[in-house]
Amino acid sequence: MEIVIHIVTVLVVLFVVLNIAAGLIWVERRLLALWQDRYGPNRVGPLGLMQVAADTIKLFFKEDWVPPFADKGVFILAPAIVMLTVLMSFTVLPFAPGMQITDLNIGLLFVLAMSSLGVYSVVLGGWSSDNKYSLLGGLRAAAQMLGYEVFMGLALMGVVLMAGSFSLRAIVDAQSKMWFIVPQFVGFVLFLIAGAAEMRRLPFDIPEAESELVAGFHSEYSGMKFGMFFVGEYVGVVLISALISILFLGGWHGPLLPPIVWFLIKMFAFIAFFILLRAGLPRPRFDQLMSWGWKIMLPLALANLLVTGAIVLAVK
Amino acid sequence: MTKIFVDGRPFDVPENQSMLQACLTLGFDLPYFCWHPALGSVGACRQCAVKQYRDEKDSRGRIVMSCMTPVAEGVRISIRDAESVSFRAAVIEGLMQSHPHDCPVCDEGGECHLQDMTVMTGHAYRRYRFSKRTFRNQNLGPLVNHEMNRCIQCYRCVRYYREYAGGHDLKEFVLRNLVYFGRQNDGVLENEFAGNLVEICPTGVFTDKTLKQHYTRKWDLQLAPSVCVHCGIGCNTSPGERYGTLRRIVNRYNGEVNGYFLCDRGRFGYEFVNSPERLRQPRLQKGGQGETADGPVALVHARKLLDGGKVIGIGSPRASLEANFALRTLVGQERFFAGVEDEEHRLTARMLEILRSGLARSPSLGEIEKADAVLVLGEDVTQTAPRMALSLRQSVRQQPFELVDKLQIPRWLDHAAREAVQDAKGPFFVAAPHPTKLDDVAAATYRASPDDLARLGFAVAHAIDSSAPDVPQLTDGVRALAGRIAEALKNAKRPLVVSGPSLKCEALIQAAANVAWALCRAGKPAALSFTAPECNTLGLGLMAARPLGEAQQALKSGEADTIVILENDLYRRAPREQVDALLASARHLIVLDYLETSTTHKAEVVFPSAPFAECEGTFISNEGRAQRAFQVYVPEGGIRAAWQWLRDLLIASGANGAAAWQGVDDVLKTLAGSLPAFSAVPQAAPSAAFRMAGEKVAREPHRYSGRTAMHANINVSEPKPPDDPESPLSFSMEGVSEQPPPALIPFFWSPGWNSIQSVNKFQQEIAGPLRGGDPGVRVIEPAKPTEPDGPAGPDGNARADFLGAPPAVFEPQPDRVLLVPIYHVFGSDETSQRAPAIRELTPKPYVALDSEAARRFGLNDGDLAEVAVNGAVERLPVKVRDGMAAGVAGLPVGLPGIENCRLPAWARITRP
Amino acid sequence: MFSIIRTLWNVLLHSFQPRVTIQYPEEKPYLAPRYRGRIILSRDPDGGERCVACYLCAVACPVDCIALQATEDPTGRRYAEFFRINFSRCIFCGLCEEACPTYAIQLTPDFEICEYDRQKLVYEKEDLTISGPGKYPGYNFWRVAGVKIGGKDKGQAEREEPPAEIHSLLP
Ligand code: SF4
Ligand code: SF4
Ligand code: SF4
Ligand code: SF4
Ligand code: FES
Repeated sequence: MEIVIHIVTVLVVLFVVLNIAAGLIWVERRLLALWQDRYGPNRVGPLGLMQVAADTIKLFFKEDWVPPFADKGVFILAPAIVMLTVLMSFTVLPFAPGMQITDLNIGLLFVLAMSSLGVYSVVLGGWSSDNKYSLLGGLRAAAQMLGYEVFMGLALMGVVLMAGSFSLRAIVDAQSKMWFIVPQFVGFVLFLIAGAAEMRRLPFDIPEAESELVAGFHSEYSGMKFGMFFVGEYVGVVLISALISILFLGGWHGPLLPPIVWFLIKMFAFIAFFILLRAGLPRPRFDQLMSWGWKIMLPLALANLLVTGAIVLAVK
Repeated sequence: MTKIFVDGRPFDVPENQSMLQACLTLGFDLPYFCWHPALGSVGACRQCAVKQYRDEKDSRGRIVMSCMTPVAEGVRISIRDAESVSFRAAVIEGLMQSHPHDCPVCDEGGECHLQDMTVMTGHAYRRYRFSKRTFRNQNLGPLVNHEMNRCIQCYRCVRYYREYAGGHDLKEFVLRNLVYFGRQNDGVLENEFAGNLVEICPTGVFTDKTLKQHYTRKWDLQLAPSVCVHCGIGCNTSPGERYGTLRRIVNRYNGEVNGYFLCDRGRFGYEFVNSPERLRQPRLQKGGQGETADGPVALVHARKLLDGGKVIGIGSPRASLEANFALRTLVGQERFFAGVEDEEHRLTARMLEILRSGLARSPSLGEIEKADAVLVLGEDVTQTAPRMALSLRQSVRQQPFELVDKLQIPRWLDHAAREAVQDAKGPFFVAAPHPTKLDDVAAATYRASPDDLARLGFAVAHAIDSSAPDVPQLTDGVRALAGRIAEALKNAKRPLVVSGPSLKCEALIQAAANVAWALCRAGKPAALSFTAPECNTLGLGLMAARPLGEAQQALKSGEADTIVILENDLYRRAPREQVDALLASARHLIVLDYLETSTTHKAEVVFPSAPFAECEGTFISNEGRAQRAFQVYVPEGGIRAAWQWLRDLLIASGANGAAAWQGVDDVLKTLAGSLPAFSAVPQAAPSAAFRMAGEKVAREPHRYSGRTAMHANINVSEPKPPDDPESPLSFSMEGVSEQPPPALIPFFWSPGWNSIQSVNKFQQEIAGPLRGGDPGVRVIEPAKPTEPDGPAGPDGNARADFLGAPPAVFEPQPDRVLLVPIYHVFGSDETSQRAPAIRELTPKPYVALDSEAARRFGLNDGDLAEVAVNGAVERLPVKVRDGMAAGVAGLPVGLPGIENCRLPAWARITRP
Repeated sequence: MFSIIRTLWNVLLHSFQPRVTIQYPEEKPYLAPRYRGRIILSRDPDGGERCVACYLCAVACPVDCIALQATEDPTGRRYAEFFRINFSRCIFCGLCEEACPTYAIQLTPDFEICEYDRQKLVYEKEDLTISGPGKYPGYNFWRVAGVKIGGKDKGQAEREEPPAEIHSLLP
């Protein structure tokens, strides 16, 4: 019976997450349009909702082309990795009391590990395409993700210190009185930025900067393989937004409304925020991005950790 | 070399030229109108103004006309000087005052020297607000269009037409701002070189009327370097194509050959290529009924006919070397016959022998122009080798130029030189059976029958060198004339003798050779020029073909039963009965040609071959210059080059060596290898592998328009441009941006110089050779004497023993006349006579009689006469032509409507 | 940092601004007369074909999608024997209109010329010619040109003197 419930939970989570991600495509385009005084997709189905379905159908019917010069196996594997790693992270997220696939006591570490694995898909995709733009994209991705991975983890250590646990459920519970965004504001900001960079969201989409690199690491991808990268990115956005809610905004905590609703409200607010970032900010230069990461963000994160550590010690 | 300073920079330039010429040679853009490299300077238009300074300290300077200022040591001028710039702008503004608002409908537009110069001087907006003078146009015939409003009164046209080309019927009229350039009344321009007005006139007053029928701008033409195929001179041309038809021909400068000018036959004869009488698909015929077939089917059919192996081939003087050689290879050297009248064949062989084993060299047209004493023996050059007549006309100025030099007047200072010379003319003698167009510049003319003309020649040779055969029974008058001619030739620096096969008289050719050799033995660099009737007469002559007359025997004796005829209408070569008999005794007849002829009607298989603009080919001119004509465009239908058909026949009949013939390069290589006379021919043009910076030479100007629309009515997806693996040119606008080698220049254009005057930018020095040397290679040179000045023996060594013996005195007959051939620049040539514009000017058949003879036979001008010659009887209208030699009458040859009847021959002329 | 936040705020404020998109095809936009859409060949004020087949539009066209052939009527008036535009190649740059010395070729605000079959985008003279003068009502090239055509002899164009008498020497 346990097993069945587990499987059902897994399927439900999978279904919901994937649908949110797909819906996000529509949401993003509509929101971008809103902020740019346009309409966005509004022709297919009511309010253009079926646009995603149309796009998916199109993607399915596109020639699934593997360049003859590519390293076939790796080329096919790369988009699968991205989906896999991002989806795996969802297994440890507590959406609401009782709504969690599994509560690992190192949940947070697991999430960080998965997101680090995600970089493989990009690097391998770029490398296996055997195309100079793809390769450059892959290299950029590797450098960028390495740089931002480090302080992303460090930025979260404050939270871990305060909650005293890596378990995400424990972290949520620790926020029943006060959301960590208050004591850990610096950590929050750092994580926000690192998260965007980790998911290669604009303005940090430097590995696929189309004005310089055609489409970066996925230049050679078409059809559903491209679709996986594409959806992977949106699932990533969902993941990061969910994580931020969980780590800094008290997860499902909130008055009146049912916990899951709170969770969704918080998560969607961050999703919207990420879209706003895309609508409003230009892409920085690659060297700027790297020097921020290493020269500003990392020291800040370390300082944050130090101070938090000191305070926690002092309070104890 | 002299040092001059232009805008402060020193340059070394040759002397004896004007500053304008020097500046243009140096690559400066300096506007001009009235100056033309071939006409010299008159300083009329004031457009070429520059500042001249006394020395480096002089900063004021004075405005001078650069075309009137000689190059001299240390002359300092400025082109950029502000005052001269504004002077030039003012001049052009004045010239443009009354200019009509015509460019969009003007045929000159886009290649207009006036447009170029206006842009160059920066005059962009009309300020003149008052009324413009206007003129009515004249109808000047089917070749040249007249639109007088566009005239800028530079006087180039009349200077060229009257002073250079010797025309009389174009002149300036009226005065003030109303000067008019035209004829007294409407009418066809009489001069055979009137077409050059199209290029001489810097504006759109004179334009090509044949182009107007299918007008295309210069930038829209696909062009290729080509060679004129309408006579033996081999002028260089640039034919232009659009939408699959040939649109026009312009001159392609070759300093050695045609220079800046073409004759009207060459310029306007091209339209035969567009003729509805063109053969476009192979045909299988039986008894006059025919059906078109595909190439492979026709080839299979033809191969079956050839299977017996008893085949003879008849070559052609109007087909390329490649085609003739391919035929020769197909049938074998022993069975290859020359497709010309036997007499002409014999004379050609004679002329070649004389030129290759004798002392005298055959001159290029450029050298003919520089000759300072000329004897024309028995040729009406204007009609048989038209462009040479224009050069001969210039030669009469050579001796008077010495006076000009003595007066220290530069030769290019045209009016001063002409004033100094007045009417003086160099020694130029014309001996012909009837008046010729060059008589007006001749110091003396001699009219006689062909034999008597030859006697004069022998007499001249004897007068120069007494070891030459003497002429018995010479009248005093002729002896005196011979003495005078001999004297003039002996005293000249560069004497020239011109003769040719037109009168079919071997003695004439021998006499001409004797005169030239006598001069050579006297130490003069005498030149000997023979005209050639067709574009490849000499090329065919060098192939050692058997005479056509023997073909009949070959068929009779059973040596052969099948004939392959290459681009030849035998009915023009021999009398009808003979050709009929020849063709009738052949079991099978295969003909390759591009036009329908009486011969193609008789063929069992007809292959449509490609005329000059549709395939590549090499031709040998009368000078002995091998020149390459490149393909201009890819024809529609089943048309292919004759040599390609023949190659495929060769392959089909098992001669696998021919499979290696991928392009003319390969054919020429085999030709050069197997016949030593042609060993230099492959050098006539770069091979197909030639590339500049990895690119081919583009046939289309870089602004060729309509690429994506011209075929869109057929299919909206535009076809790939045709490949051209056979030549270094491409059917495209993409190609080298530098100047290609001279043999590959498809058209002249340079930034800012859209008109034909852009040739300035392609020459080593103005009016000199093209950069990289004038195209073509000479394959006929006189043999070197073994001892410096001794007479040489046979074979390889120059010979100087005089040839032949003078013929007997010609006795006029009371009841008969000697009918000699008369040639017409418009009409006598087989291909150009099919061009509509030329046909309009072609005379109707006639028989020419002296008024005395006409009286004797009781005939008046226009009467119908019955002419019985060589057993045939023709009815022809009489044309009374005064000045014919006594006892001689003339019959035009080659005209449509006149049968071949082996002239000269005795004829009876009666009233019907 | 502040400027980034301000940017984001300003962008957010756009949520409350009207949209500029025009909902074509339900709503038709206003297109100025100089809009560069479907190309036409106009007629002069007298109703004659304006195009004098000068080939200038063809040579100006950067994609070479205009092809024509000039011809003349018996009176010497030049016009296009055929005039073809391959709209599947046209980039609507308007250079042809700028090059035209007679105002014959004009771009119009009509852009609704899509076809499923490219071949149908090849327009011939009959498809291009309209009945009026288009954007430039007054101009007639032949009234200023110097050549003679039917109905206009030498000296009858604007600001022209009567033709000179060439057999006279009177000053
Ligand atoms: S002559 Fe030249 S400038 Fe004059 S109308 Fe013709 S193209 Fe234009
Ligand atoms: S007709 Fe031409 S060449 Fe003659 S004067 Fe006028 S512009 Fe000069
Ligand atoms: S608008 Fe531009 S592309 Fe189209 S026909 Fe005109 S010039 Fe050519
Ligand atoms: S530019 Fe104008 S007048 Fe000239 S061809 Fe084009 S449409 Fe006709
Ligand atoms: S070119 Fe010098 S004055 Fe005419």
